Amino acid sequence: MNSALQISMQWSDWLNLFGHYLLLSLLSIGGAITTAPEMHRYLVDEHRWLTDMQFNASISIAQAAPGPNILFVALMGWNVGINAGGFGTGLLGLTLTMAGILLPSTTLTYLAAKWGHRNRDLRAVRAFKLGLSPIVIALVIATGWILASANNNPAEDWRIWLLIIATTLIVWRTRIHLLWLLGAGALLGWFGLI
Amino acid sequence: MTDLQKAEDRPRPQSLTDLFVSFTLIALQGFGGVLAIIQYELVERKRWLSKEEFIEDWAVAQIMPGPNVVNISLMIGARSFGLPGAMAALAGMLAVPLIVLLLLALAYSHYATHPGVTGALRGMGAVASGLIIASGLKLFNALKKNPLGMPWCIALGSLCFIAIALLRWPLIYVLLGLGIVGFGLAYRKLKP
Repeated sequence: MNSALQISMQWSDWLNLFGHYLLLSLLSIGGAITTAPEMHRYLVDEHRWLTDMQFNASISIAQAAPGPNILFVALMGWNVGINAGGFGTGLLGLTLTMAGILLPSTTLTYLAAKWGHRNRDLRAVRAFKLGLSPIVIALVIATGWILASANNNPAEDWRIWLLIIATTLIVWRTRIHLLWLLGAGALLGWFGLI
Repeated sequence: MTDLQKAEDRPRPQSLTDLFVSFTLIALQGFGGVLAIIQYELVERKRWLSKEEFIEDWAVAQIMPGPNVVNISLMIGARSFGLPGAMAALAGMLAVPLIVLLLLALAYSHYATHPGVTGALRGMGAVASGLIIASGLKLFNALKKNPLGMPWCIALGSLCFIAIALLRWPLIYVLLGLGIVGFGLAYRKLKP
């Protein structure tokens, strides 16, 4: 990613960045990607710390890379830092955005899980977990569906859908190791078959 | 308590190192997200959790802010070894993948336009979405033991899927609305 931007960041700017991510953390129900539009408004439109291209590349690289998708936040912080100087500030930006997006949410989750585990026999706690079960499972399926329909290129669409349906059936009905399937998908794509 | 008996004859995380390494390996297999891999590894391969336990933890991970896979890793680590366990699981989920990601970001500008690379990413993306759908379908089978009963589970699940995947309504309203209904139904069926 070529930094097409030279910015100067004051200490107050770094603090603002950190504070903004602390706030976003509390809003990120269902994952940080739900707050991406707000990040775009803040980083690209309001402060001009990132270019549009850097913002989009951060998300797409993190999606393609192994690991939780939350890491796109680290990449954004890294890019802001690179724009502000070099590797040193890059690491600072990465640390601030990651610490900001994770500290509040992980603390809350840890406390809630601890409380929930201690009171796991309470009727209300049981009802909460059991009542939400079908909803959160449907959310998993919906997430996969949204990812699947993100490819909107009619000419190639049917092959992509065929691959998605085949994968779904194989994983649902057999116990094959998932990495084989990811490898197969990569090969099919590499040779332009899908 | 049958829960206790069930927990005893099942494998568990051995140590903080075991947690860190296990979650690092899970994260590194997660192309296009860790959601499908984490279910497969924890429930089917390692058997640290039953399907039902996974779903219950997932409900908490989903309702709390923050990334679900990070939340559930943290919860599993915490249950085995308290706060240090939570930290070990969290570090496993994030540390090595972060280094890999930075290296990829540095290499990205060289390969971003290579047709083979973009094709491979498209193929892996398609497979990843299939993996996620399938892991959801697998978990749905485990709802047989849910006191709501299958008809209610299918009704609530379908409504949620339609609202999120097809109508693209904001998650927070869907979770709140359907969550209250699900909670109320389950509360009524769980006679004290």
